[in-house]
Amino acid sequence: MATITLNVNGRKQPVDVAPETPLLWVLRETLGMTGTKFGCGRGLCGSCTVHIDGEATRSCVTLVGSVEGKKITTIEGLSPNRSHPLQRAWIAEEVPQCGYCQSGQIMTAAALLTRKPHPTDDDIDSSMSNLCRCGTYVRIRRAIHRAAQEGTTK
Amino acid sequence: MNATVPVNRRDFIKMISTAGTGLLLGVYLPPLARVFAETTAKSGEPFVPNAWIRITPDNVVTILVDKAEMGQGVETALPMLVAEELEVDLAKIRTEFAPAGPPYQNPMMGQQGTGGSSSVHTSFDPLRRAGATAREMLIAAAAQQWGVDAKFCHARDGFVIDEHSHKKLNYGELVETAAKMPVPKNVALKQAKDWELLGQPAHRVDTPLKVDGSAVFGIDVKMPDMLVAVVARCPVFGGKVKSFDATAAKKMPGVKDVLQISSGVAVVADGFWNARKGRDALTIEWDEGANAKLSSAGITEKLKALAEKPGADARKEGDAAKALDGATKKIEAVYEVPYLAHATMEPMNCTAHVRKDGCDVWVGTQGQTLAQRTAAGITGLPPEAVKIHTTYLGGGFGRRFAADFVADAVETSKALGVPVKVIWTREDDMQHDLYRPATYNRLAAVLDKDGAPVAWSHRIVGPSIMMGVFPSAVRDGIDPTGVEGAANLPYDIPNIHVEYTIADLGVPVWFWRSVGNSQNSFITESFVDEVAVAAGKDPFEFRRGLLAKSPRHKAVLELAATKAGWGQPLPKAHARGIAVVESFDSFVAEVAEVSLDEDGGVKVNRVVCAVDCGTVVNPDTVVAQMESGIVFGLTAALKGEITIQNGRVQQGSFDNYPLLTMAETPTIEVYIVPSHETCGGIGEPGTPPIAPAVCNAVFALTGKRVRKLPIKIA
Repeated sequence: MATITLNVNGRKQPVDVAPETPLLWVLRETLGMTGTKFGCGRGLCGSCTVHIDGEATRSCVTLVGSVEGKKITTIEGLSPNRSHPLQRAWIAEEVPQCGYCQSGQIMTAAALLTRKPHPTDDDIDSSMSNLCRCGTYVRIRRAIHRAAQEGTTK
Repeated sequence: MNATVPVNRRDFIKMISTAGTGLLLGVYLPPLARVFAETTAKSGEPFVPNAWIRITPDNVVTILVDKAEMGQGVETALPMLVAEELEVDLAKIRTEFAPAGPPYQNPMMGQQGTGGSSSVHTSFDPLRRAGATAREMLIAAAAQQWGVDAKFCHARDGFVIDEHSHKKLNYGELVETAAKMPVPKNVALKQAKDWELLGQPAHRVDTPLKVDGSAVFGIDVKMPDMLVAVVARCPVFGGKVKSFDATAAKKMPGVKDVLQISSGVAVVADGFWNARKGRDALTIEWDEGANAKLSSAGITEKLKALAEKPGADARKEGDAAKALDGATKKIEAVYEVPYLAHATMEPMNCTAHVRKDGCDVWVGTQGQTLAQRTAAGITGLPPEAVKIHTTYLGGGFGRRFAADFVADAVETSKALGVPVKVIWTREDDMQHDLYRPATYNRLAAVLDKDGAPVAWSHRIVGPSIMMGVFPSAVRDGIDPTGVEGAANLPYDIPNIHVEYTIADLGVPVWFWRSVGNSQNSFITESFVDEVAVAAGKDPFEFRRGLLAKSPRHKAVLELAATKAGWGQPLPKAHARGIAVVESFDSFVAEVAEVSLDEDGGVKVNRVVCAVDCGTVVNPDTVVAQMESGIVFGLTAALKGEITIQNGRVQQGSFDNYPLLTMAETPTIEVYIVPSHETCGGIGEPGTPPIAPAVCNAVFALTGKRVRKLPIKIA
């Protein structure tokens, strides 16, 4: 097995894994960062979403060998102390229920706000394809609008 | 699982320990009428407290939460009940999930469990009384220390205050003395008008942990030397391993062992991915057993044939058969619902560590004592040697009441002697679920010459959940979960006959959010709409006219209709439908506004929901649970269908068992009826009315009556 050096949340992390291992399992099991979730393993649900060079990416279908040298951000690295506007908005709107999909939802929304600081409802509909079985979509939408507003007024 | 029995008031409180640990109070919740007939508690058993308040000298108040947090907000609602009476800031209360054991049994179930929308319902009085008792003991302690009369002392925000001297002591400073005080009997509870916390929106205690990835779910558990297993299961229900060859699998990177367990062949590796790759390398010959030819078409035929014959009487009033015989204005219909999977976002998983002298199990479970009994049975250990550590649940919806995934982990750890985490893939989860029953229904109604319904007949045929899990709950051929939402039809009709026939079909069935209500309400609330149309009446007015004896149904129906603008003009090619359902002691009416998308599919644009759930603890959670129940029910109405071919489930993941998405989610408005009635449930009652409300709107829009779910009109 080759050693692969990952750049996760600003830290260089050498990992000794097969390059065809999905990034999700390297994050969760090799690096012990369990905030990123396994939902389907086929890129369908979005629970595993992280940022690769700022792009929302489904880590369950991303081979670890393909992201060496790229900038990986997980929910744990989104902000210190839950201070990202989306995390504050998620708390204010009481978005999570079971909470399992929320890391992926927040990471997808964060990439959207970087691209479009003031997304419309249509932008949200077309970007937020992550699934939530508890049906928190109404509040996710509200929280994204709140974060967009507060992110620029602070 | 419907709670129709009022909460027994004979809960009582006892001091558990005083030895230098501060104040520790236990509350005993007496058994209620057993909806689940099997029980671990018998009358005359010694006192076992089952909810706890712990106040330590460092002024930390801890509430032991004996229910599972699966998104429904119980980790916040139960401490709110204590905090209101204890006079302590909710934000300063710590919570812990209770271990497994008879002390924590749900009085509605006779075992420890979170379900049936029962958590707040069963805890409302006992936990408030526990908080008040602790408060009175702290006040008595302060009065004694100060040498003043307790009636001049009061508790406020974590302190006891002497009204005359304005001296104050925090609870931590008082617990040693308080623990020596007699436990007061019949403490006065606050009147609803004096509540400061209950009925006000409160921030959930688990929210911060769920926005930064730090909440620990079962799948996140880490133990030293832990291995991860993936299990190959027979694709046919009830099939067994005939033989297997693990030679290739054992050569795969990271694979540590391959072994046969009850559910199939477990491949154990240093991590999930290697275990899964190892499983791909297995060669297994299955004995597919009796269900090898099972198919959805065959199941429907069997149900249809059974529906020709009379069933057991679930409700019989008047003589519906006589009224139907030779009636001139008769409406008849057949309704069908499919099997459904739970599809929690977190697939089933469990971590177990079996040792000679004990066993630890870390699991997101709705049924701790069943998990404990399962592990005890496999290991041969006494139940008390099995410790169940309840994590957060990445969705439950009834699925996590079962312990099949617990058995996987315990068996594998027992064989290897190290901690083992078993993870189900999404496909494992969907194809080896326990499903909401498929049912076949024949209905008939009779109208008199003025268009008033005089007879209602409903024959339900479907598999029984209780026969497999609590068989003694099935009495005189009636599984209460099979007829809820049908036998309790609220409408004032003189002749009502509801029959039920159990069909044994080979597909495992289980509790699924709102259980029988989820499907029966679709059927009854759609058929009553058909009857209204046949009578030439407005569906809202028709229902309203039949609810004179059901004022809470009527009130939510009227509120939802008013807020939705029932009867007001709509945009072109939009239509409304309405439904009202009582489940788990809560009354919910929903109005759905639909149109068709470019492909002719149903688009739900707006849902208005009115809920009367009695006394409200956390209104924001009530709103959230209604939103959640509606989205869950929309997925079922618009998309949900598990089909069987050659004994195998044909769906495997979210591509062929899709969930509602953000873009498909309507705007949802929730209105709560102010009430001081007994608390009803909120986790489930949002789900039942949505399918019929949507289907009735589809009829209003297209003239097509949906009698089979999911909706397929395009």
